[in-house]
Amino acid sequence: MTDEAMRPDLALIARMVRQGSRVLDVGCGDGALMAALRDARQVDARGLEIDPANVASAVGRGLSVVQGDADTDLAYYPDGSFDYAILSQTLQTTRRPDLVVEELLRIGSQAFVSFPNFAHWRGRMSLLWGGRMPVTRLLPDTWYDTLNIHHVTVDDFRALVKDRGWSIDGQWFLKGDKETTHANANLFAEHAVFLLRR
Amino acid sequence: MASNPAPDDSRFGLGRQVRLTGPLRLDCGVAFGPVDIAYETYGALNADRSNVILICHALTGDQYLASENPMTKKPGWWWRMVGQGKPVDPDRHFIVCANILGGCMGSSGPASIDPAMGAPWGMRFPVITIADMVRAQALLLDHLGVDRIRAVIGGSMGGMQALTWPTLFPDRVESAIVIASTARHSAQNIAFHEVGRQAIMADPRWRGGDYYADGDVPSSGLAVARMAAHITYLSEAGLTEKFGRRLQGRDAKTFGFDADFQVESYLRHQGLSFVERFDANSYLYITRAMDYYDLAEDHGGSLAGAFARTRARFCVVSFDTDWLYPTTESRVIVHALNAGGAEASFVELSSPFGHDAFLLEAPELNRVVDGFLRAGER
Repeated sequence: MTDEAMRPDLALIARMVRQGSRVLDVGCGDGALMAALRDARQVDARGLEIDPANVASAVGRGLSVVQGDADTDLAYYPDGSFDYAILSQTLQTTRRPDLVVEELLRIGSQAFVSFPNFAHWRGRMSLLWGGRMPVTRLLPDTWYDTLNIHHVTVDDFRALVKDRGWSIDGQWFLKGDKETTHANANLFAEHAVFLLRR
Repeated sequence: MASNPAPDDSRFGLGRQVRLTGPLRLDCGVAFGPVDIAYETYGALNADRSNVILICHALTGDQYLASENPMTKKPGWWWRMVGQGKPVDPDRHFIVCANILGGCMGSSGPASIDPAMGAPWGMRFPVITIADMVRAQALLLDHLGVDRIRAVIGGSMGGMQALTWPTLFPDRVESAIVIASTARHSAQNIAFHEVGRQAIMADPRWRGGDYYADGDVPSSGLAVARMAAHITYLSEAGLTEKFGRRLQGRDAKTFGFDADFQVESYLRHQGLSFVERFDANSYLYITRAMDYYDLAEDHGGSLAGAFARTRARFCVVSFDTDWLYPTTESRVIVHALNAGGAEASFVELSSPFGHDAFLLEAPELNRVVDGFLRAGER
């Protein structure tokens, strides 16, 4: 799979991961990122995914993926067993995002966390002028059927990082499939990718 | 290493049987030998002998994996998984399937002749374990000139063997596929088996297991054992869909104890056809081996410890309607593999068929097995 065909946040993460490293992809979907890392960077990639059809697809393409839930199944991975733990567009669907990130940082030396920024100006406008929960390109579901149960903004996430004393090794912001400026990211970024360590 | 075996090597092919000197050092302490093993092979060993797939059968399975069963005249029990163009493919793989130690289809078991006595072993046959079955398979592979196996695959009790293989022979196994199985027999599993065994032993024709001389076998007890077990292989939803409360060949209840309901008739048929092909004493021994199975117990209580020495890749599959070996049992295996950093995949597939799902139409299972095997052939 090429970078062009991959979701922009995944393509960005794929470029940052070290050659030959060990990666746990939490919420790996059908394994697109894992396959790209394996084929392009000789990464030893393992996955955790909640949806059985996705797991079957990933195993069918030769990847090592375990069906499980980020909220409950990360506890079974030993400390420091991976170079990177990756949580892409899954944070906002977990019951306790803070505890999940804590687990990522226990399992991996570093953790990539990507999420849609709920404070993007389109969403703000929607709430301010429409008085309705935003339904946008990045957040296409209505409030009652969305899987996103913990909406989060760039500044919310930075506050959590500060509160827990984690350090930020890198941060990237996306608008569409293009990287965008750090300035006013909380207003202008549709997507954020953080690289953290404990 | 010897050259590639010629196609006419009598060790290879369908309907093979061999007597190996052994002795096998059994878990019960007995040195058992000679060991008879009935087996089949499909496909050809490649030049570097790297294409070997060992398939382990379940409690009432046999070596007729993908060829017509000579007793039932039915296709081999896993024809959906094994064959040309299937995930396990004789065009690509050298496939071995052997009747387990303790079985009754040609391998040493209670119905075979004890050479010292010149008579069937009966209940003098040593009590065997899942690990003993695996050791017997290893003996067979030695005989076939096979050192390493690319994958060992099994469902149910076959899954227990597949899971045990890398723990006993970490250097011989590259990967294991464990389907609808468990790392230990639960109290409920043991309870169901005990019902079956008591049914056999309560049959007056069982006679302490010495029924071979006159051929008057405890078929009533064995049929009841099979009926009880068969229920555990299905799901409530599956039974309801297949039979519901429908009556069998009649318009009204008879107010008697004939098989009024279709489900009764079906179970009776299952029991009767089973006794024609299975030995009651074998049923006792094999269910006992399953009950004794607790892989963690053999490794100081730590399942992760059992996998400490293996570098094999694992693929664990469960089915959502399987209440005999439910998904929670597979998760125990997966968590132990994760804890040890093993390369492991796990998926719970959806099927209406309960435990038997792995033997039936399951396209997702085939896709998973195919992808997992091909990943090891890159």
